[in-house]
Amino acid sequence: MTIVASGSGTASLRGLDGPVVTGADCDNFLRYRDMLLIRRVEETILDLFSEGKVGGTTHTCIGQEANAVGLIGQLQPKRDYVLSNHRNHGHYLAFGGPIDRLLAEIMGYSTGVCGGRGGSQHIKYGHFMSNGVQGGIAPIGVGLAFGEKRAGTGGIVVVCLGDGTLGEGVVYESLNMASLWEVPLLFLVENNRYAQSTPIRLGVKGSLIGRAEPFGIPATEIDTTDVAEIEPWAKKAIRHVREEQMPLWAVIHTYRLAAHSKGDDSRDPEEVQRFAERDPLLVHAKRLDDQRLSAAEAWVDDAVAAALRSAAASEFSATDNQPPVTP
Amino acid sequence: MRSDPDVFVIGEDVLDPYGGAFKVTKGLSSRYPDRVLTTPISEAGIVGFAAGMALRGYKPVVEIMFGDFVTLIADQLINQVSKMTWMYNEKIDFPMVVRAPMGGRRGYGPTHSQTLERLFLGVPGLVVAAISPVFDPGEIVRRAILEVGQPVFLVENKLLYQEMVLEEEALEERFGFCRSDDVDLLPTVTLSHGDEADVTLIAYGGMVPLVLDAAERLHTEEELDCDVVVPHRLSPLAIEPLIESVRRSRRVVVVEEGVAAWGWGAEVVAALSGIALEAPAERVGAAMSPIPASRRQEQEVLPQIDDVVAAAIRTVDRTFA
Repeated sequence: MTIVASGSGTASLRGLDGPVVTGADCDNFLRYRDMLLIRRVEETILDLFSEGKVGGTTHTCIGQEANAVGLIGQLQPKRDYVLSNHRNHGHYLAFGGPIDRLLAEIMGYSTGVCGGRGGSQHIKYGHFMSNGVQGGIAPIGVGLAFGEKRAGTGGIVVVCLGDGTLGEGVVYESLNMASLWEVPLLFLVENNRYAQSTPIRLGVKGSLIGRAEPFGIPATEIDTTDVAEIEPWAKKAIRHVREEQMPLWAVIHTYRLAAHSKGDDSRDPEEVQRFAERDPLLVHAKRLDDQRLSAAEAWVDDAVAAALRSAAASEFSATDNQPPVTP
Repeated sequence: MRSDPDVFVIGEDVLDPYGGAFKVTKGLSSRYPDRVLTTPISEAGIVGFAAGMALRGYKPVVEIMFGDFVTLIADQLINQVSKMTWMYNEKIDFPMVVRAPMGGRRGYGPTHSQTLERLFLGVPGLVVAAISPVFDPGEIVRRAILEVGQPVFLVENKLLYQEMVLEEEALEERFGFCRSDDVDLLPTVTLSHGDEADVTLIAYGGMVPLVLDAAERLHTEEELDCDVVVPHRLSPLAIEPLIESVRRSRRVVVVEEGVAAWGWGAEVVAALSGIALEAPAERVGAAMSPIPASRRQEQEVLPQIDDVVAAAIRTVDRTFA
């Protein structure tokens, strides 16, 4: 297997700068590299906060990287759409969003993906969109999928929800509409078992998987942090939505290994430790030899460092007199 | 819908033969069956749905059956739709119209008679517009859908659906007004008797017929010549034509059907506060009360023509009750 370092500050997971690996066992390497990239970017963002270099808040997906890489990573950014939530960075990166512009956005620079206006929670890049108000993007996803179906492109829309989001009424309005109008919408529910500080048993009653059935929408679930299990499961889910042009409710039981936002983790440390043993990076690393692991580390370190340099070189701008930077 | 294939109508009970609770969409689903969508009772859902369609290049027009139900769409309008292009820093058009009939006087009771556009005034990124009988409502609707290019919350009025549009000649003949429109896409119409004006009456939407009648009475009974200034864009506030008239008259009455306190009139008066007035500005609106269903009781809550006449007279004679 040959590794070609990209070294470009605008690297993204879609290899827009050209392929970085060739040869045998690429897929496992790429999956690891991609999850590791998300992990390091999230850690970098948390560092920026703890060093006082950025203000506001952020919500990292540490521990849930396999979901982004395993499912979102299989979509087609020019054809499909992803509507995500406050915990969107992994989805954004797996969908091909440039690293440096995400960092610049969080740092409040005008060269950020949204000119510094959206910050960590409100990102739009190409067909990727996120908003921090729980569930609010669900009906938007239905409308987008409806329009997409009429255009006949075969594109699908993925709406990313959490377990806590299942408290919002508009999610159920969206299930009803999606089924009624038969739209190609994949409801991705990442059950990380907590809504901020509230465990699911205090907030969500009944079956997560069973919620779609009353609306006539098929459902599928998986309980794993292993990207090699998620990928084929996701492939089937995506294919179902794309080929049938119908909605699907897909639940991944997962766990976040870091706090809800920055450092406010009130969960039982023993529980967190238990789940840390199933860290998606640990699980998948077992499939790679040391040489490949260090190659992945090296590539990711370079990519993140370059992205940070590129982002930090931007001028800070708090106002909108800058024209939007085209993706 | 005829001129633009991207216009798409969404609402509850909008299909023929029913054609909508107030019949506004009657005929559309027969003529354009694949562009009129009847929906479940999901106000928030259908506004979000429309936003998704707008993202995909359509020009959706959402009907909220009763203006009272706009409470249900607040999150979608305020946290999603109005911020969509700004917070993502995209200088693109995002055409989307949400239309709803406001107003009482039909005995529908507390939750079906309100004037609630006040909840969406001053939301950055959202244009709030209102039709009235003094400017072709069809043209306002057409411009909102095809030309404004950003989200519009369009206020209609239940009683106005049955009123005639007042052409220039009718306004001149019946009220003695001459009409001038400003050049805004959603213009402000100024009706005046000449270069001078004793009082400026400012009103929009459903209050316009009542204010025109009040102006007529003030003219014949009190010999007060009023300017009647009718904006069709409520927010952002189209202040220039208001300033122009108030500079002439130095007396102003702002009339709205919604509760007077904390309403649109409060913003107008604040915006006009730089002008030296002969008398304190007057606001006429509904009382601070829910709207009773009984017609007689309703009259005590909603603004009546006497209230407008009295307010105008007060600007000339402060002792007038």
